[in-house]
Amino acid sequence: MIIQTPSKKILNKIITYTFLVGVAAILILPFLWIISTSLKGNESIFAIPPQWIPDKIHWDNYTNVFEKMPFFTYLRNSIFVSGMTIIGTLLSSSLVAYAFACLKWPGRNGVFIFVLATMMLPMQVTMIPLFVLFKNFGWLNTFKPLIVPAFFGGGAFNIFLLRHFFLTIPGELFDAARIDGCSEWRIYWNIVLPLAKPALATVAILTFMMTWNDFFGPLIYLSDKLKGTLALGLAMFVGQHQTEWGMLMAASVMMMIPMIVLFFLFQKYFIKGFMMSGIKG
Amino acid sequence: MKSIDNLKSFWKSPLRRNQAMLGYLFVSPWVLGFLLFGLYPIIMSLYYSLCQYDVLRIPQFIGLGNYRELLFKDPYFWKSTWNTVYYTFLRTPLVILGSLMLAVLVNNAVKGIRFFRTIYFIPSIITGVVLSSIWLWMLNPQYGLINTTLAFFGIQGPLWLQSPEWSKPSIIIMSLWSIGGGRMLVFLAALQGIPQQMYEVVDLDGGGWWNKFRHVTIPMVSPVIFLWTVLEIIFSFQVFTEAYVMTKGGPLNSTMFYNLYLYYKAFDDFSMGYASALAWLLLLFILIVTLIQFRVGRKLVYYEGEKA
Repeated sequence: MIIQTPSKKILNKIITYTFLVGVAAILILPFLWIISTSLKGNESIFAIPPQWIPDKIHWDNYTNVFEKMPFFTYLRNSIFVSGMTIIGTLLSSSLVAYAFACLKWPGRNGVFIFVLATMMLPMQVTMIPLFVLFKNFGWLNTFKPLIVPAFFGGGAFNIFLLRHFFLTIPGELFDAARIDGCSEWRIYWNIVLPLAKPALATVAILTFMMTWNDFFGPLIYLSDKLKGTLALGLAMFVGQHQTEWGMLMAASVMMMIPMIVLFFLFQKYFIKGFMMSGIKG
Repeated sequence: MKSIDNLKSFWKSPLRRNQAMLGYLFVSPWVLGFLLFGLYPIIMSLYYSLCQYDVLRIPQFIGLGNYRELLFKDPYFWKSTWNTVYYTFLRTPLVILGSLMLAVLVNNAVKGIRFFRTIYFIPSIITGVVLSSIWLWMLNPQYGLINTTLAFFGIQGPLWLQSPEWSKPSIIIMSLWSIGGGRMLVFLAALQGIPQQMYEVVDLDGGGWWNKFRHVTIPMVSPVIFLWTVLEIIFSFQVFTEAYVMTKGGPLNSTMFYNLYLYYKAFDDFSMGYASALAWLLLLFILIVTLIQFRVGRKLVYYEGEKA
């Protein structure tokens, strides 16, 4: 290896930090800009050159959001849909993953490959018949189309992720429990699930991100205004108040907050989940 | 024959039989879900695509009529396909290259690097409607952050989303905000798996950073680049929310992406048969592109342990 002179080393470090800080600034500035806009009145929103810190802080952008849209109804709907979807996904994907990782049955590997293959399928192909199906069930304008499918399998990717984790649990643990006469249900519920908490947390967070931000599902299934989720409400809001930037950014900030808070609380699981989702199709 | 014998003896053991029955029981939620929410809709979708269907009346079988009209009579089909192809093939190399460069940057073992990785990751958790609403303002031609910054340097920025030429690049620029997400971390993990000696060999040969990047880094991470290229192309084909929220397909249909057109056909016009035909062409298109990629990928990608 060629030995670097100390001055060259320092120069390299300076260059590295310049790039690091520069990129960080570019990626973070939009956040500061949005927050700043959300606290501005029109006089400073349309000021040129832009004001980063307004002369007068306008909290009324936030209170106006509550007046102009049923924010708390949307919030409640979003929490309900996300919560139920997470429960359904955790229960059913862990059960199915247990069948693939811990139980032996003829045809297991074939079925598993089939499960993986379904990840390739674009949702557009199933969307229209599903809409017709749920319409015939009388489920339009209810949360059922968004929630019920989660209880049936919980998504191929989550099954894949949990199976992967269950396989790392030493097999002797299962054998010991079985010899002691422990039923598979109890092994699943009392041994595997508690051990798999980190993996379950990853699945829960990925599911939350998906449902909290899901726009397409609510768009086609929920036409009643008061049935909407936050994503749907915000999209309507964008259509109606396109020029009221202060209020629009305040609404965006409020929808962003849960995700940012969650990210800082559960960074580890986020990163794991997002890295794993690279395998997702 | 042997496997059948194995299967027979399998079913003779009560313990194993018990476990197999439970296996089927445990996997049954997925099977039911697949039959009802997967297989049935796929078959129906193929059937609808051969019908005229508006949900209110029963489907009228018209054979390949929808496909014929799509391919030979519908200018919007070609326009939306072109928009989607343009978006996909401009965006994919940019996000892949961007995340790879960022990964190289955060692979530097300097103090505080974890902090920078966290900072870079944050934008990627903002998606969908919120992302669109934020960038609608960022890209505002008069008062947005981008154009006021450009104006500061004396550059007159374009009209971005309001210009037919710049609307697609605008959405691509917006999606570049999240290059520091999962993709970057996967590249980082791949970079960290490259043995240091390989770079030292380049040093000995007197090669600079470019040779290291070109002859060590790129070949070593090529499997990951390949995988992500396949995924990003599939994701990009399905772009919808950004265009729906920000432009509704305008101006002059310049952001009328394939999925947006499909949505309008299905849920504004209630031409469910026609939209189903669109969905099937999309599926076909994704399959073909993926197959081609795997063909080409076999030649370009370097897998360690493979014979030269």
